[in-house]
Amino acid sequence: MGYECVIGLEVHAQLNTKAKLFSVAPTAYGAEPNAQASPVDLAFPGTLPVLNEAVLDKALRFGLACGATIAPVSVFARKNYFYPDLPKGYQISQFEQPIVGRGALTVPTPDGRRIEVGITRAHLEEDAGKSVHDRFEGATGVDLNRAGTPLLEIVSEPDLRSPSDAVAYLKALHKLVRYLDICDGNMAEGSFRCDANVSIRPVGSEVLGTRTELKNLNSFKFVQRAIGIEIERQTDVLDSGGAVVQETRLFDPDRDETRAMRGKEEAMDYRYFPDPDLLPVRISDARLTAVAASMPELPEARRTRYVETLGLSPDDAAVLTAQPSVARYFDELCEHTAPDLAAKWVSGSLLGALNESGLDATVARVMPGALSELLTLVSDDVISSTAARDVFAAMWRGEGTAAEIVERDGLRQISDTNELAEIVAKVLGDHPEQEGQYRAGKHKVLGFLVGKVMQRTQGKANPGLVNTLLKVKLGANDD
Amino acid sequence: MSGELSGVAEVVDHLTRGTLSCVEVTTHFLQRIDAHNAHLNALVDVDTERALASAQQADQLRAKGSAPPLAGVPIVHKALFCVKDRPTTCASRMLETFSSPFDATVVAKLERAGMVMLGTANMDEFAMGSSNENSVHGPARNPWDTARVTGGSSGGSAAAVAAGLAPVATGTDTGGSIRQPAALCGVTGIKPTYGRVSRFGMIAFASSLDQAGVLATSARDAAVVLQTMCGADPADATSVDRAVPDFASELNGSVKGLRIGVVEDYFDDRLDPEIAASVRTALDALVEAGARLVPVSLPSVAAAVPAYYVVSSAECSSNLSRFDGVRYGRRCENPADLDDLYTRSRAEGFGAEVQRRILAGTYVLSAGYYDAYYLKAQRVRRRIANELADVLRDVDVLAGPTAPETAFAVGEKADDPVAMYLSDIYTVSASLAGLPAISAPCRPSRGLPVGVQFVGRPFDESTLLRTVHALQCVTDWHQQRPAGF
Amino acid sequence: MGFSTDDVMRVARLARLSVADEDVEQVAADLQKIVRFMDELSAVDTEGVAPMAHPLGELEAALRADVPDAGIDRDRLQRDAPDAVDGFYRVPRVVE
Repeated sequence: MGYECVIGLEVHAQLNTKAKLFSVAPTAYGAEPNAQASPVDLAFPGTLPVLNEAVLDKALRFGLACGATIAPVSVFARKNYFYPDLPKGYQISQFEQPIVGRGALTVPTPDGRRIEVGITRAHLEEDAGKSVHDRFEGATGVDLNRAGTPLLEIVSEPDLRSPSDAVAYLKALHKLVRYLDICDGNMAEGSFRCDANVSIRPVGSEVLGTRTELKNLNSFKFVQRAIGIEIERQTDVLDSGGAVVQETRLFDPDRDETRAMRGKEEAMDYRYFPDPDLLPVRISDARLTAVAASMPELPEARRTRYVETLGLSPDDAAVLTAQPSVARYFDELCEHTAPDLAAKWVSGSLLGALNESGLDATVARVMPGALSELLTLVSDDVISSTAARDVFAAMWRGEGTAAEIVERDGLRQISDTNELAEIVAKVLGDHPEQEGQYRAGKHKVLGFLVGKVMQRTQGKANPGLVNTLLKVKLGANDD
Repeated sequence: MSGELSGVAEVVDHLTRGTLSCVEVTTHFLQRIDAHNAHLNALVDVDTERALASAQQADQLRAKGSAPPLAGVPIVHKALFCVKDRPTTCASRMLETFSSPFDATVVAKLERAGMVMLGTANMDEFAMGSSNENSVHGPARNPWDTARVTGGSSGGSAAAVAAGLAPVATGTDTGGSIRQPAALCGVTGIKPTYGRVSRFGMIAFASSLDQAGVLATSARDAAVVLQTMCGADPADATSVDRAVPDFASELNGSVKGLRIGVVEDYFDDRLDPEIAASVRTALDALVEAGARLVPVSLPSVAAAVPAYYVVSSAECSSNLSRFDGVRYGRRCENPADLDDLYTRSRAEGFGAEVQRRILAGTYVLSAGYYDAYYLKAQRVRRRIANELADVLRDVDVLAGPTAPETAFAVGEKADDPVAMYLSDIYTVSASLAGLPAISAPCRPSRGLPVGVQFVGRPFDESTLLRTVHALQCVTDWHQQRPAGF
Repeated sequence: MGFSTDDVMRVARLARLSVADEDVEQVAADLQKIVRFMDELSAVDTEGVAPMAHPLGELEAALRADVPDAGIDRDRLQRDAPDAVDGFYRVPRVVE
């Protein structure tokens, strides 16, 4: 029988605030165990949560970006359960009244479709600490540094129909939260985590099948793989006359399988109720207006602008908008540089240098201002594009400004027509054979002759000028 | 010099006139603690060294003329206020060895005002109880009859003030925990409006109900100490940023034109007739002084106690989950596994009443029961709050008894939790609505103190203090002292 | 509503409280009394009355600025910990 899969994703995005959701402890990753756990995070008796204002604005940004309903009043609730990494014995979350309600995200797929994925809700909650199992013999170590870090849990509708669509949605979301500057998107450090709800049903059926929840999907590759093998597993179960059990399954990348988590001996009963330490939060119109005014341009809008307004190719636009920091770099560069030249340099030399050094565009060793100075030298024909690439490399190494390096290395190109005409004449004199070929209509040899001129000038000749002069000498005014 | 030094006003009078130093005053109270606490079990931790050191500091400030008004006045804190690096037991085995790394906001504010902390006061474990019998330190004893309870949960605070072991004490009130022991021990106790005083550093029982307050020998004393405790606190999102009036300056002794709503529903057959008569006598004294009595009815108050127990137990079941034997507090010996660690540490650490409330609170929040109990109680809570708001539009304060009976014998209600819950029958309504309320001594019954309670409009502690002050200007019940103290 | 020994075990499990076998009957009886007392709520007509979770209304101002304070004295905070080793809180092995 043919089946259709139905996938919904739950994403936990750590909001990139400096302090925690309800305490003043720093959120930096990688500190000594419990060195960033304050009395509030450790649930010391007598401590109380106080909401970090920054998380509201970040959640609102997300809500506005996906056109979602913003709750005028949202409520923090306690989710009660015991676990060593949950110090209070409850997680402060949002249950009945989340801050962000229904919205949607338009997602481009690799095969060129655009799918609309519904956002069911997004709510604020605190992260738990970490249990370390390999540190002590027969015991677990608890590190509560992460406890209380703000999370935005983004729940999608079950609108996804294939593992690759699920990954496309996840990538679009990943890009969006970084564009919005609300999450650093670091999947390896767990700043952006994903669970998947997966079910299958006979093609044509309107009824949802029993779903399983997949955990431990901490890379795009794992998401794709885990969902794929879970669909196969569910298909096998149904085909052999069995029934899918609603359960939580852990993806094991080493064994390439999903397996049920150790059966819980009791059904979870979280006893949600409004947190009496935190009053309902009203989102004022003033706050919403301020957030709306500060919204950055979103990836889709930016891509469209690059193609339709700046006239870039769709491919260039895709490359430039893949990372928000690169797109911001490009926009800044465009303030003083023509878009086509800027696009060529950002997607070429800059991205190459960034990749090689493992740096983000926000900390590039050649910032947009410095690069635009270099590119002005190119567009003013002061140096050649070839020379400019060497200058860029030198700038990247910290050897000075574009002007300094051009002077130092004597790279200023020869644009003096008389001087060049002399050299052109000499080159033609040395290569009568090629001259003859050209005159006979073999125009391809022009490149050879230009190369010879460049050689004689150690690359300093202005190639455009050389071209023109050669053509004049060869009487090729026809093209 | 016990009688003349019993209250804050007398102490301040001596200190400002220079007839006694702060060290002498502190020594006086430390000596009284030494002499009497063994019988009363009112204080559970006395820090003589710290007390004398801060008294010395206060003397220096006073010598320089830069002392705040309360500098050098001793106080005791209920044992659920965190005091930095001192035992904060909450009267629980769970926290027997715990000392807080920080001061509660209330403790810090009173210390900044120069008050001298003598020690911490006994209480019902985690503030759950109405007799101060649920304490790992043993029951506190009522100075009027040491075979009887102090009331609770701020029983140690009430007994300490009543017996002159301290001129004033802090307490906390969730459903009557300041007012009921104040009534049973013959002192004045005020619970301000919810949000007036920071809850930071107060070990939580039920967060939407808990509020700190004062137990003192008079409304005037309560006013000056409460003044120092009030105000918004950035560490408590439920503290309210609202101007705090100068309570003491509004104590003009007058109640002319004051409209007192007498809650007639309270004067039924559940109320000891002697107490009813005593409360009416106090109200008559206020009428004499110019107040007007208006009979009022609160039809839903009969359901206040069950609503209160649902809400407070639900919140406590969650608030007390943090006591899990992992980061602080009691951990059982040799836990076999994580579950054993949790269940045994908690069963060993919590007393029977606390465990009952955790179980009851877990039950009312659990799947299938949430709507019938927790949500229903919240609706009843709204009804009661609305009824109170309605009657308080037509009258300035509400009046009634504080407790249905005088101090009962230690052990008398130990086997019946529900009978004990009914001790709060008149106090929980104000708690559910978050309204300020005060209990003041009125005519004793059979040698035991009786309390009259007034409930005010939100943030109108002034009228409550003014009313009781006026009563205390024309009567002397608040000045009566238990024999032997 | 009756409060059975099964109810005691279910709720005690959620609350992580061990109840000794010999105490279960007594605890059930106590809770039975308490729950029956709470059942008095059902007599109140609350048709159309919104639940009230808190005496205060909504929060608009009581927020904290996003300013971290790294002043955390781990040694002090772990001083009373039952079992803290190398900065970790230690618990019996957790199986996931």
